[in-house]
Amino acid sequence: MPRMKAFRIGSGAGYSGDRIDPARDLAERGALDVLVFECLAERTIALAQLRRSQDPRGGYDPLLEERMRAVLPACVRQGTRIVTNMGAAHPLAAGQAVLRVARELGLPRLRVAVVLGDDVLPWMQTHDVPLLDSHETVRSLDGRLVSANAYLGADALMPALQSGADVVITGRVADPALFLAPLMQHFGWAADDWSRLGQGIVIGHLLECAAQVSGGYIADPGQVDVPALEEVGFPLAEVAPDGTAVITKLPGTGGRVDRLTCTAQLLYELEDPQRYLQPDVVADFSHVQLREAGPDRVQVQGASGMARPEQLKVTLGYRDGFIGEGQISYAGPGARARGELALNILQHRLQCLGLGELEQRAELIGVNALHGPRLGADREPYEVRVRLAVRAATRTQAERVGQEVEALYLNGPAGGGGVTQSVRDVVAAASALIPRSAVTPACQVLEL
Amino acid sequence: MKTVRDIAFARSGDKGNRATLSVIARDPADYPVLARTLSAERVQAWYRDSVRGAVERYPLPHLGAVHFVMHEALAGGVTRSLALDAHGKSLSSAILDLPLEEH
Repeated sequence: MPRMKAFRIGSGAGYSGDRIDPARDLAERGALDVLVFECLAERTIALAQLRRSQDPRGGYDPLLEERMRAVLPACVRQGTRIVTNMGAAHPLAAGQAVLRVARELGLPRLRVAVVLGDDVLPWMQTHDVPLLDSHETVRSLDGRLVSANAYLGADALMPALQSGADVVITGRVADPALFLAPLMQHFGWAADDWSRLGQGIVIGHLLECAAQVSGGYIADPGQVDVPALEEVGFPLAEVAPDGTAVITKLPGTGGRVDRLTCTAQLLYELEDPQRYLQPDVVADFSHVQLREAGPDRVQVQGASGMARPEQLKVTLGYRDGFIGEGQISYAGPGARARGELALNILQHRLQCLGLGELEQRAELIGVNALHGPRLGADREPYEVRVRLAVRAATRTQAERVGQEVEALYLNGPAGGGGVTQSVRDVVAAASALIPRSAVTPACQVLEL
Repeated sequence: MKTVRDIAFARSGDKGNRATLSVIARDPADYPVLARTLSAERVQAWYRDSVRGAVERYPLPHLGAVHFVMHEALAGGVTRSLALDAHGKSLSSAILDLPLEEH
C-alpha cells in the first residue's frame, strides 16, 4: 500500500502585526497544502468592534489586504489553501475585502468561505453568567460591554473547508483549531477521535505563534545563540496520517528549530499540561515527545486527549476607563536619587489634585518597574526613567498625569529629559462560559 | 556561584491574571539539578514582589523542563494592568539569576 503523502501546513503570522515577508516566502517556496494566519489576541476583537462601529465596512484585521496581496498569487497558483481568523469583528467584510484583492491581482477565480456565529453579544446581554476568575457576573459589565465572542472549534470550520474554498475567514476561533480543522478534513479524523485531535492541537499550538518555535524570542547571546535571527523563517509542519509531525522551516531562512525552541513553544501559555481545554478536545500534552530528526527538524508525537468540554469559552470586551501615563529620564551620577525625588514630587502633586486615591504605578524604569523593588536592588543603573501610570474615570483626569510629569522639566529635579505622555482608552477583556446550544456557527461562501 | 542561566532557558506567558513560566534545561542531562533548584516554594519567594497568589509546579522530566503557573501575577490581567510589561513577558528573565542547588 502506498504511504499517504505528508500534509504540509505552515504558519504565516503569530499575531495581528506580524511580519509579512516570511509568510510570502512560505507561500512561494513551502509547497504547502495550507497556510494559516493566526491574528487575534484576547482583546483584538473588542478593538476591531470599535473600528466597525466607526466604519461599517471595517472591523477586520488592518493588514488583511497587504497579507493577501503578498500570498494569494502563489497560493492560488499552487493550490495552497489559506485559513485565517483575520475576520476579527467582521468576517464577512473581510471576505469581501479578499475578493477585492483577488480582482486587483487579476486572479481568474477565487472562492472564499466566511465562518460566522462566534459573535454572542446579544446572548450575553440577555443572560447572566459568572465571569471566570472573578466574583462578578456579566451584569456587572452592563453598559460597558463592547463585544462577546465564543471560541469556535474546528467543527465550525468544516463546512467552509468542505465547500472547497481557497480562503477560509473566521472571527474568534480557538487558535490551534485553525490548524486542527484542515488536518481533520484532509485525513478524515473523526470529531471524537480524542487522541488524534489532541495530536492536531499540539501541532497547532506549536505553530500558532509563528517564529516563536523557529528561533524567535529565544536568543540570549552567549547562552542561546540563534543564526540569522534578522531573517528568521516562519515554521511549517509535515503531518502524517496518524498525527505525528515534523516541525521545520524553509532552507535558507534564519532561526533554528530544535528541542529547545519546540519545548519552549509547547509549554508557552500552557496551564495544566494534562488538561489543555479546547473547544474540540481536552488535549493532554503531558506525554508529548520531541525528538530532533535532522537539522531544523523536530519530530512531535505522544499528545492525546479526552472528550471535549460541555461549554465554550467566551471573551468579553468592555470599556474600563482610562490610563494616563507620563515618563521622564534622568542620567549620570545621582540619577536614581533624582528619579526618586521626582516620584515623591509626583505623589504630592497627585494628592493636591485629588487623584491620590486612584490606582497607580509609580516606578523607576531601570530599577524596579518590571519585577518590583527587591530583585536587582544591589545594582546601580547609569540612567533611570520615571514612570507614573494612573487609572482614571475620565480622560481629563488621565491627561493630568502626563501633564504633571512634563511639569518636572521646570519644576522638578535637575537634568530631566525625554518626557512622553499618553492617555489610553482602556478596553479590557473578561471571560465567561456559554452553553454550546447558544452558539450557532454558520458558513457563507463568496465567489469571484 | 552557578545560576539557572548557566544551564537553562526560561519563557513566560500570560493567561488572564496568571503568568506561566517554563524553565527548560539546555542539556537534558541537567534536568535533575534544575528540578532540585526550582521548588514551588523557592520560585514563589523569588517572585514575591510580582506574584500575589499560589504557584503550581509541573515537573516534565521527559522534556527536561519544569513548568509553573503563577496566580495573581499580572496586576489584574494583561488588558487592564497599569504595569509597563502588562503581559509579564519579562518575568522569565528574573528566574535566570536564581542560584543552582547543585547537591
